Amino acid sequence: MAPAFGDTDADLDSLLHAQADKPTLRFITCGSVDDGKSTLVGRLLYDSKLLFDDQLTALEAESKAYGTTGGDLDFALLVDGLQAEREQGITIDVAYRFFATQKRRFIVADTPGHEQYTRNMATGASNAELAVILVDARKGIVTQTRRHSYILALFGIRHVVLAVNKMDLVGFDADRFAAIAKDYGELARRLEIPHVQCVPVVARDGDNIFIGSSRMPWYDGPTIIDYLESVDVARDLARRPFRLPVQWVNRPNADFRGYSGRIAGGSVSVGEEVAVHPSGRRSKVTRILDGDRDVREAARGQSVTLTLADEIDISRGNVLAAADAPPLIADQFAAHLLWFDEAPMLPGRRYVMKSGGQTLSAVISTLKYRMSVDTLEHQAAATLKLNEIGSVNLALDRPLVCDAYRDGREMGGFVLIDAFSHRTVAAGTIDFALRRATNIAWQELDIDKALRSRLKHQRPCVLWFTGLSGAGKSTVANLVDKELCALGRHTYLLDGDNIRHGLNRDLGFTVEARVENIRRVAEVSRLFVDAGLIVLVSLISPFRAERQMARALLEPGEFVEIHVATPLAECERRDPKGLYRRARAGEIPNFTGIGSPYEPPEAPEIRLDTSSLPAEGAAERVIAYLKRGGYV
Amino acid sequence: MPSISHLQQLESESIHILREVAAEFRKPVMLYSIGKDSSVLLHLAMKAFHPGKPPFPLLHIDTTWKFREMIAFRDRRARELGLDLLVHVNAEGIARGINPITHGSALHTDVMKTQALKQALDTHGFDAAIGGARRDEEKSRAKERIFSHRSAAHRWDAKNQRPELWSVYNTLLGPGESMRVFPLSNWTELDIWHYIHLEKIPVVPLYFAASRPVVEREGALIMVDDERLPLRPNERPQWRTVRFRTLGCYPLTGAVLSNAATLPDIIREMLAARSSERQGRMIDRDQAASMEKKKEEGYF
Repeated sequence: MAPAFGDTDADLDSLLHAQADKPTLRFITCGSVDDGKSTLVGRLLYDSKLLFDDQLTALEAESKAYGTTGGDLDFALLVDGLQAEREQGITIDVAYRFFATQKRRFIVADTPGHEQYTRNMATGASNAELAVILVDARKGIVTQTRRHSYILALFGIRHVVLAVNKMDLVGFDADRFAAIAKDYGELARRLEIPHVQCVPVVARDGDNIFIGSSRMPWYDGPTIIDYLESVDVARDLARRPFRLPVQWVNRPNADFRGYSGRIAGGSVSVGEEVAVHPSGRRSKVTRILDGDRDVREAARGQSVTLTLADEIDISRGNVLAAADAPPLIADQFAAHLLWFDEAPMLPGRRYVMKSGGQTLSAVISTLKYRMSVDTLEHQAAATLKLNEIGSVNLALDRPLVCDAYRDGREMGGFVLIDAFSHRTVAAGTIDFALRRATNIAWQELDIDKALRSRLKHQRPCVLWFTGLSGAGKSTVANLVDKELCALGRHTYLLDGDNIRHGLNRDLGFTVEARVENIRRVAEVSRLFVDAGLIVLVSLISPFRAERQMARALLEPGEFVEIHVATPLAECERRDPKGLYRRARAGEIPNFTGIGSPYEPPEAPEIRLDTSSLPAEGAAERVIAYLKRGGYV
Repeated sequence: MPSISHLQQLESESIHILREVAAEFRKPVMLYSIGKDSSVLLHLAMKAFHPGKPPFPLLHIDTTWKFREMIAFRDRRARELGLDLLVHVNAEGIARGINPITHGSALHTDVMKTQALKQALDTHGFDAAIGGARRDEEKSRAKERIFSHRSAAHRWDAKNQRPELWSVYNTLLGPGESMRVFPLSNWTELDIWHYIHLEKIPVVPLYFAASRPVVEREGALIMVDDERLPLRPNERPQWRTVRFRTLGCYPLTGAVLSNAATLPDIIREMLAARSSERQGRMIDRDQAASMEKKKEEGYF
């Protein structure tokens, strides 16, 4: 049916107006593999008459080549856009498609069902307001249905359509449908998903998608499209307090200084008082630019540029907020994490955290529990693995300005990124700020590092010796320590093995324990540097991330990374403690260089190879470095 | 406070993306292909940084086979807006005489567009390239992230894309790696024309119907834009009233018979259309999944 549109330009304008005023609903389809998600989306596109002739011709040809429907139109091929997806008949990544009806426009994200692609499902869910979750009428609620429902709840999706698909394969049995609907109702209640509509469908044939099904006369509820067209997903976020995360400071010339960003909550008008966080300084809004136009007010969702009455230092990552409703500002938070990476989460490791325009360094200080998707129970756990969900406490290197996720996605959602591989390893939602950061105020002391350093006539620092077992770290560190004492300097040597006899007696050799081992040594080193000492650390410390973390605890110039780069073959030949022999025999798992990797420093301050340089010569080079740098 | 309209929402999202690129990358560039999507992209960039200028140059990959009207329009727009325009031609391709007529669309596109783009990005050391692609254009585009990571060899790993949550973008790059960024991802063809109409954005006149000399080849109407298009025996250019839904290299871009001479005409015609805009593009027909393959090789 050709849409009716006017012949005159005025008629067309009113038609376009009506188009533009149609609200847009963003939703996703999710659920387990082969439950018919892509088929449903393909069917929606087909039935909404939005497919062009050339696309239909291509679909017919592809259905014959790859189709799983015996030569009939395979609607899934409309959305499975990657070659690998068509060949394997599965969905790997989320596809975004657009369609419209008389009442609404829709952006649908068709997401994969395989557990291994959960991160792609989460990508689709993060921007959706509603989810259509499919189940196979023969199988009912399965683990993946629960996992996806949990992620929907975590990401604040409050409206779910449960499409019970393949009703033809259970003989259109009303009791079967009712049983599944009851099971899902129970799950949704436990997950606190407030709005659920269950619809029995046959996606392939279109039953209860756009038109009701004569094969299921017992069902008197809405079709899928009826529901999508009429559901009210508004959350009144525009009534929340004003928030503008600053993306960009616009300073084209000396006369203009504007702060650009997209309004994440509430509204703002010219003349209103706002506060800048984290500094807390206040000012009045003098102009609001919407593109190149001056406007009086602007609301949530609009990208604007504001100017203020006062010259305040504001940079990217700061948040302009309603003066009477400050956001959360803290360096410790309780949050939920959905883990995306093959490498498990490590408590104690530093990750890059991104939230709005803020980039920080975050450590998972506590994993409180892991969520079992099958039972929804909280389980004790030491780590989170791929696709697991947990509740954690985060410690940040400086205060984060945010809101709880339930008060808005833009100010409450964040990602964690591995600092070296740059993979996005987790998505997180802020639950609340832990007040410890403000409760335990930093006690300002009168005697400081600079004073203690002057008393000792030295610049305190950490000499961090890293390298394989048997590389000669402790030997060289010991020589350097003796030489410094001979020069009358104040030092302390923290040896990895010795520390494991006391402070770190409780730690083993798993990756998690190694990370914690290094974190404690790094913190102790920092205290000693504060005391004015030159600290020598002799520790295999195989991971770049942890050495980076230690470096980040100190001020520039205080961390001297010394790579004792004796090759593995030479270390193994020396084998002073017989450890390599035992590792090769399989007696020591996770032994660095054998069963566990060593990541060499990319730019150490000093690099020493004791296979070509005797220990005394190596120690001399370290001393020379300290003299050159004015440490001693 | 009323909620913002559909087009305002798209505009606002795109501006947010453009500002993220400017703030997060060392040396970004905007790919400017002169078509309607590029026109919208440029308009959004002007808005995003007003009263300043966009803090990145424009880059046009010139295959030397673009319609003459496109080149004139490109130079005029850059001049009017006072923007820095870089034009890159694959000199090696020219030296080897690569052209769409003797070498076919696949090889021509690879050498003069894909390879040329990679050369230009490498030469200037750009770490982010903003493009005007939309998800509704094509099935593999519908799968792509807004911030789409490229390896040091400019490859797209379609099966292993970074998760992209909310509007938080992971912009971290390793040595030599880069990002392609698509601020118009969520726009449809109708949105583009509607926005051009509302905002009065200039577009290349080739989009409007006019009498033009064309020859019919393999069901496509090819415009004889200059003397380089060799005519086949018994082939004579005919003056027909045509327009273009999409613009590219003229020997590879089919015109459609149309009387749509104004923006409202174009929108009306599109509302009644039964074929997609990419139908006129010969390069997409070369093989099934050709767009995905080209993208994996570095096509934008």
